[in-house]
Amino acid sequence: MLLEVRDLHVEFHTREGVAKAVNGVNYSVDAGETLAVLGESGSGKSVTAQAVMGILDIPPGKISGGEILFQGQDLLKLKEDERRKIRGAKMAMVFQDALSSLNPVVSVGDQLGEMFQVHKGMSRKDSRAKAVELMDRVRIPAAKERVGQYPHQFSGGMRQRIMIAMALALEPELIIADEPTTALDVTVQAQVMDLLAELQRELNMGLILITHDLGVVADVADKIAVMYAGRIVEHAPVHEIYKAPAHPYTRGLLDSIPRLDQKGQELYAIKGLPPNLLAIPPGCAFNPRCPLARDRCRTEEPPLYDVTESPVPRASACHFWKECLHG
Amino acid sequence: MAEAILEVRDLHKHYPLTQGILFKKQVGAVKAVDGVDFDLAAGETLGIVGESGCGKSTVAKMLVNLERPTSGSIRYKGDDITTLSPRALKAVRRNIQMVFQDPYTSLNPRMTVGDIIGEPYEIHPEVAPKGDRRRKVQDLLDVVGLNPEYINRYPHQFSGGQRQRIGIARGLALQPEIIVADEPVSALDVSVQAQVVNLLANLQTEFSLSYVFIAHDLSIVRHISDRVGVMYLGRIVEIGSDAQIYDHPTHPYTQALLSAVPVPDPEARAHRERIILTGDVPSPANIPSGCRFRTRCWKAQERCALEVPLLAVPAVFRLTDSPAKHDSACHFAEEKQVVPPENGENGEEHEETNGTNGGDTPKSL
Repeated sequence: MLLEVRDLHVEFHTREGVAKAVNGVNYSVDAGETLAVLGESGSGKSVTAQAVMGILDIPPGKISGGEILFQGQDLLKLKEDERRKIRGAKMAMVFQDALSSLNPVVSVGDQLGEMFQVHKGMSRKDSRAKAVELMDRVRIPAAKERVGQYPHQFSGGMRQRIMIAMALALEPELIIADEPTTALDVTVQAQVMDLLAELQRELNMGLILITHDLGVVADVADKIAVMYAGRIVEHAPVHEIYKAPAHPYTRGLLDSIPRLDQKGQELYAIKGLPPNLLAIPPGCAFNPRCPLARDRCRTEEPPLYDVTESPVPRASACHFWKECLHG
Repeated sequence: MAEAILEVRDLHKHYPLTQGILFKKQVGAVKAVDGVDFDLAAGETLGIVGESGCGKSTVAKMLVNLERPTSGSIRYKGDDITTLSPRALKAVRRNIQMVFQDPYTSLNPRMTVGDIIGEPYEIHPEVAPKGDRRRKVQDLLDVVGLNPEYINRYPHQFSGGQRQRIGIARGLALQPEIIVADEPVSALDVSVQAQVVNLLANLQTEFSLSYVFIAHDLSIVRHISDRVGVMYLGRIVEIGSDAQIYDHPTHPYTQALLSAVPVPDPEARAHRERIILTGDVPSPANIPSGCRFRTRCWKAQERCALEVPLLAVPAVFRLTDSPAKHDSACHFAEEKQVVPPENGENGEEHEETNGTNGGDTPKSL
């Protein structure tokens, strides 16, 4: 297994109290595989990724438990300088907002080249040539002429390509893409997702795609982890989850999105709001919003039940998953 | 179609580009909106979709008179609101209200919810006499699904979805006939989006409102709209009923846009044909000659560079009864099914016959 996150806990110490952002997350990605982590804002999907990358703000953040195994090695036990050698070279991240993630006063060529200078000790001239090569690879037209330009001179889609180029620079084994197309228009989103999928195939990378968009997930993912209030509530192969969700939250999400190919009547709306992480409801965190909730849900926190029906394992954190899956 | 309460004709908004500090001289113009026509019927929802920079928000601002058009007219029940006297305009404005995109920045953080929703009454006191306002505001909170006791709270005490409800309540305060909603749900989480979309739909029936619903999310626009207009670089390129646009698009841009939308169904992955457009949208300061989409269009020919296609029913469909008979600004318009139909089967057939030639041999020649 390329990456395995085991029972990860992350909390943030704030003035109002301890916010439990990640509460026992388990997931894994293999080489060439795409895992989609789906969730709404505050579900802990980005925080988990930041912990994996080692870019969590500590303090106020704190990893209070768990293991992050990358190629069998626990990243949490490494020293910062060892971690640094892995970050960028073996695992890299594509961020959502390319404009604020790129340095506005450094040319894109220098920003891309820096990867090679720092990690590979290349000269400025060689690294520049590498930068042009990378820009070509992510299909930026006239790469040679544009290598000296600054981020503001590129369109949103082009900037996101530069982010991808930067993540790919050292041919990492794992890419974490945090909402890589959320800020883009649909036609550009299609270009960028296509590019990402193609490069992933070519380099046989593991990809963790963090998103809230059920459409994007259906297009590219192999398996899905649905997060709610810092926990994975459902984990399943992509085809099965869309056909028959095994958790009421997943079902609610799928029912609440309008479809391009259907003109529905009233949309199903999940009632209420996502929980406050300072005060997660006891029992199942989803119980106040759940149509299936009963007394047991308010007192007993559901474990991640094994609900496998095909060769690929599948899990749901609902006491009444059978009801959800079959009824 | 029912009687049109809003008629937009040949609407333009050009922002001048100037050079020089003391003696400013115009060197060009950003043509944000460059000839838009549409009608809005009483009680209907017109969706306007398009990518960022296509001018859809500028249209919205002109409809509520926050921007003055460079030329063109916007007729509300026959009166052109762009030329009305200030007094007459004030009366019209009461009837055309706006809901903004970002519920975080469009509410004043120093005002209570009651003051925010009640502020329109300061300008139009005839709607609610002073003593009656508090009760009216509480009614509005109730209508949009918020607890009326929240009237003294501040915006930061609410979540994104609740704030958008406050924005909607403010839009409803003056009992308008038309609501212009500019991306009203795009800042919200998926599960909350559905709540707000349903609220907007229910309010429409309850108060017989007409909506101009502007968004970039094609799925939501289909859900809520009766008719849909697709904008590209300051113009509407195709307009028709939701079924005409989504199931029988004839403009290549609409087809590309629809095919790019990810459908939440992994089974559709295999039999979907996607049109990936190359390049970016050209700058509105430097619009291509002829058809403005031709630089990214796979069907473009010489004629497209020379002749501006008009928004009208294309000649090929004029004598038919097909659902493809609707306005489309393309010289080589042809029908192409890009959204897989629900049952999936007849869609595959269609793609083979129509999709494989990719429109290289246009029917109209």
